[in-house]
This record gives sequence, structure tokens and C-alpha cells, in this order.
Amino acid sequence: MLGLNSRDFKLFIIVCIMALVAPIILNPFPTDSALGQSFNAGYPALMQRFVIFGILAIGFNILFGLTGYLSFGHAAFLGVGSYAAVWMFKLLSYNVVPAILLSVIVAGVFAVVIGYVSLRRSGIYFSILTLAFAQMSYQLAYSVLTPLTNGETGLQVYNGDPQILMSAGDPKTPHLFGITMNGQSQIDLGGWSFVFQNGYYLSALFLIASFYLSIRIFRSPMGLMLRAIKSNQTRMSYVGLNTKPYMLAAFVISGMYAGLAGGLLAAMDPLTGAERMFWTASGEIVIMSILGGVGTLIGPVLGAGLIKYLENIISKINESVLQQWFAFMPDWLEGSLVTILEPFVGKGWHLTLGLLFMAVVIFLPGGLVQGGQKIMNLFGRNKKSDAKRRADAPAE
Amino acid sequence: MGILEVKGINKRFGGLQALGDVNLSVQENTVHAIIGPNGAGKSTLLNVLVGKLIPDSGSVMFDGQSVLGRKPHEIAQMGISRVFQTPEIFADLTVMENVLIPCFAKRDGAFRMHGIESVADEKDLNEQAEKILSEVKMLDKRHMTGSSMSRGDKRRLEMAMCLVQEPRLLLLDEPTAGMARADTENTIQLLKDIRTERGITMAIIEHDMNVVFSLAERITVLAQGMPLVEDTPDKIKDHPKVREAYLGEAQV
Repeated sequence: MLGLNSRDFKLFIIVCIMALVAPIILNPFPTDSALGQSFNAGYPALMQRFVIFGILAIGFNILFGLTGYLSFGHAAFLGVGSYAAVWMFKLLSYNVVPAILLSVIVAGVFAVVIGYVSLRRSGIYFSILTLAFAQMSYQLAYSVLTPLTNGETGLQVYNGDPQILMSAGDPKTPHLFGITMNGQSQIDLGGWSFVFQNGYYLSALFLIASFYLSIRIFRSPMGLMLRAIKSNQTRMSYVGLNTKPYMLAAFVISGMYAGLAGGLLAAMDPLTGAERMFWTASGEIVIMSILGGVGTLIGPVLGAGLIKYLENIISKINESVLQQWFAFMPDWLEGSLVTILEPFVGKGWHLTLGLLFMAVVIFLPGGLVQGGQKIMNLFGRNKKSDAKRRADAPAE
Repeated sequence: MGILEVKGINKRFGGLQALGDVNLSVQENTVHAIIGPNGAGKSTLLNVLVGKLIPDSGSVMFDGQSVLGRKPHEIAQMGISRVFQTPEIFADLTVMENVLIPCFAKRDGAFRMHGIESVADEKDLNEQAEKILSEVKMLDKRHMTGSSMSRGDKRRLEMAMCLVQEPRLLLLDEPTAGMARADTENTIQLLKDIRTERGITMAIIEHDMNVVFSLAERITVLAQGMPLVEDTPDKIKDHPKVREAYLGEAQV
């Protein structure tokens, strides 16, 4: 179906359904309950981040997962995409179509330049080169190119901006031919309320398209060549293949994915700043991929979702929430538990992430996907066919 | 005029003259062995032939075209394949994928953007790959990954990948080094089969005299970076200069 084999098609359908019904399934607890307040993730601002960072991770995986080239500067493309999109809002209009188009194109051009230089080296040197480029971009955006980026304040749309394509009746926020991104409809069902936001659904459609394209690339001759690069470049050149253009193509495609993610971020909220390019942002992309499962189709999306979930959920938990949870315990136990856990929640959520990351790298080097496979095997799901499947498609 | 003409190659590494005025002519449709004691310059010569090393002077012509200064993938596309001392295969990929990659390289050239088509839909290439695999008797192992195979099987796989390229010259760098006796015999047989069925010209660098004398039709002996003699195996066996420089007191 759709040019996919049956197993990929199943995975694709699952991703489609998950993306489309996310506003429902991410709200398992009644909205006003304590659990709902703490753990529900089905609100637009967070779901947008799930899918947008999912797109970013899918693109990153095409480079890192297939070729094994670890780019440590991918946030630069995200940032460039965001700036391009906001400029489109400033110059043309709040319509997101030109903004997203330009963000992808600009990020692609950027990736050609950075990739051409960085791909002259491999391994750690490649990573350092991309990191250097990203930090240069950050510094340029932060303090040198202020007319373009508005420096520290961040780039946003002002009343005095030209917006030459803007007509009188147009919304004053990003929109798709009149459908505003922050427009939403809410359905209340018993204790639950589900919010369906236009911006989320636009991003979700892009995620679905990105995911589909990534499956096609993984299963294509080019995907095979990229995996060959990871495996043995010497043999590759001795069978008559030029590795350089393949790597550059992978780099540019993955840069364009990042540009798309940057454009979508700006479309959801029309402002951007240099911090989107900071090296910690690049590091986060790497962590997402590894957490989810490098080189697998679905892993990076899961990793991106998990990190954004932890970031938003754990950072909301604070001392009083913890006290509320453990209120049923004797005072001395409650007090000590709260003291132990407090550093790991709220602003300390990075500590939790760090522990989780260490656990995954040590016990599940294949990431969440490997964890999932292990659980499946525990339930004894026809081990023989699993083994055969892995042999057929090692780069699942 | 041979298919491969090497003329006046010199290569120095610092104070060491690795190759001194090497001339070599590999005739089409022969198996040409290059032998010599350790440090004779055999591997250096091979690296010059495949574009990995640039000699200080001299010329290497393949079928009338110079190969010097060309990148390995360009030389491969010209029709020279190489088998390595340690088999170079795609260890993370399946046997089938290993063979499919040169199939694509043969059909589409050094680079082609084909990111949307599916590998599984390329029926012709899949058939071609399966045919080659059955030729080297590895069809039943097509779903195994490269890393999980024995040394001998890796060698067969590497050979299969070279055959896909339909090379006009196959360079072999000690194809049986480090192999068990049975694997060595199998490899010799495989090379003989390839030789008779496909008539591919081969240049072999080899230590194992058993391999050399069962395959070679011409032999060049290198010693200290210089070609000592070039002749047929029978003559080489009894050549006094060869015995002195290479075989020493040992008898073959």
C-alpha cells in the first residue's frame, strides 16, 4: 500500500492514528483531577512540541541513524528555519505557506554549505565541525546580525512591518488561508475536555508526511547506500560508488527537515530567538534519537515525545505537589521522600532526564524501540517470525 | 600491449625505496601473480594500482587510460575490482544487500538520487543479485548479516560483489591469508571457476605458493621494490635468482 510493504504500512497507519487522535488519548485522566493536572499531555502547546520535535528527530535520524554521522549542530537549521518563517510573516503576511516553504529552502541552502565543509571529515571531527558551525550561527544571530535577527530580544512581527500581501480582513496571527493556527474547538465529555487545535493538526499532517517520506527513504536504494556508508566506506568506493554526494544529500535532507520544524515552531508562535540554535538544543536532538532508538523508523519520534513530555510534566511538579501526593504517609516519611525527590522535579527535571538517559544507554542501547521489542518477546509473540523479520529488515 | 601497463613506477617513503622502477604488463585473459618476500613492495604496488597511493614517478595505464590521480570509485567504474587481504564487506547489512549495492553501482554509476523508489521493487537487480549468490553458493545465506559469517564465506561474498561489477581486471591481495586449509582450497576452486567461466583477467598478490602455482599463468617476482624476473610458473620454480632472493634454502 502506498508503495510500502505491509509491515511499514501498518506502522505508518499507527502513526497516522496516533497523531490524529492525540488530543484524546493523551488526556487519560479527567481534566480537573489531580492526576489530570499533573500528567495529562493533551493540550495544544505540548502536543505541538511533540509533533514538531518529532519531525526534527525524524530528519536527524536520516543522517545519524542511516549514515552514522553524528551532527552536533542540527539546531542551527531549526533556528534558521524559524528566522526565515518570521521574516516571511514580517514581509508578506501571516499566511504560513510562504513561511514554511522558505524555512525549508533556507535551511536546505544552509545545510549545503555547512555539509560541504563538515563532510570532509568523519567521526568526532565531523561532529566538532558541525558544532562549531552551529555555535557560530548562534553568535551571529545573537550579537552580529542583529538587523536580521533582532539579537537578544528575538525576532517578532511589529505593527510597522510591511506585510505587503496582508489584506484588511486577514487574521492578525499566523493562519492557513484564513484558518488561524491558534483557533481551536473544545469538546467536553463528562470530566474530560478535549481541545482540537488547528495549529496542532497542521503540524500533525506535516509529521505524517515527514514520517512517510522517511520510510520511503529508508527502504530506497539511497537508504541502502547510506547504510552502506555507515558499514564500510572502503568497500563502497571500491564497488564504484562515490560516498560524498550520498552523504551530502542525507545531510541536506535532514537539514531541511529541521528547517521545516523551525518553520512550524514559528507558525505556531510567530517569534523566535537565537537560543533555538544554542548547542544544548543540538544536544537535545541527539538525546532524543538515542533515547528512542537510533536508526529505527519510529524511535526518534518516541524519543522526542518522551523528552518533551518529561520537560513539561516533570517541570510542573513542585514541592507542594509532592506533599499532596505523599500526604497519606506518616510525616517523617513524607518529609524525607519529598526531600529526596524534590531535586529531580521542577527545575531539576534535567536530573531525571539524565538518569533515564543513562539507564537507556546502559541497559537498552537500542533505545525505547529495543525496550518495546524485549517486552514483546517476553509475551512470547511468535519468536521465530520476529527473528526472520529482523533478518529481512535490520534497519527497522 | 597488456590490459594493465605499469611503467617505471618509483615510490619512496622517507629514506625507504618501496618501489624502484617497476615495470609490469598484465596481459588480457591471464592470471598474473606478483610474489616476493616480505617488504618487497607488493602491497605498495597494489595500492598504486587502485589509486590509494600516488607514485613519485611512472605511469599506470589501464586499457589505454591512465589511472593515476583517479579516486578509487572512478577506478572501480573503469572496470578494476579489488579483493582485500581481510575481506571488506558490509558487515552490518545482509548478504543480499551486500550484493545489491554493487548491482546499483553497476547500473546507476557512482551516484544517483533515488530516495523514493523501493529496493524491493527493483526486480531485475534482485534477480541479478540472487543469480550471483547462487553462483558462489551463498543463496541460502542471503538473509544473514555479513558479520555473522565465517572467513571463507566473507571471502566468497566479497568475490560475489566484485563479480557483479563485471570487472575487466580483478586485483586480489592475498586472497587466502589467514584461512583454514579447507577455506583455502574452496577459494582456489572458486577463483578457478571464475577464471574458466568468466575469463576475467586477474592479478594476484600471494604468499602461499600452493595458491600461486595452482592459479597463475604468469609470475612476476619482486624483491626489495624491484622486479626480479617475470616468467611462467614452471620457469620461475627453477629460476636460480628467484631461489636465491625469495625461496632461500626452502624447497617448493
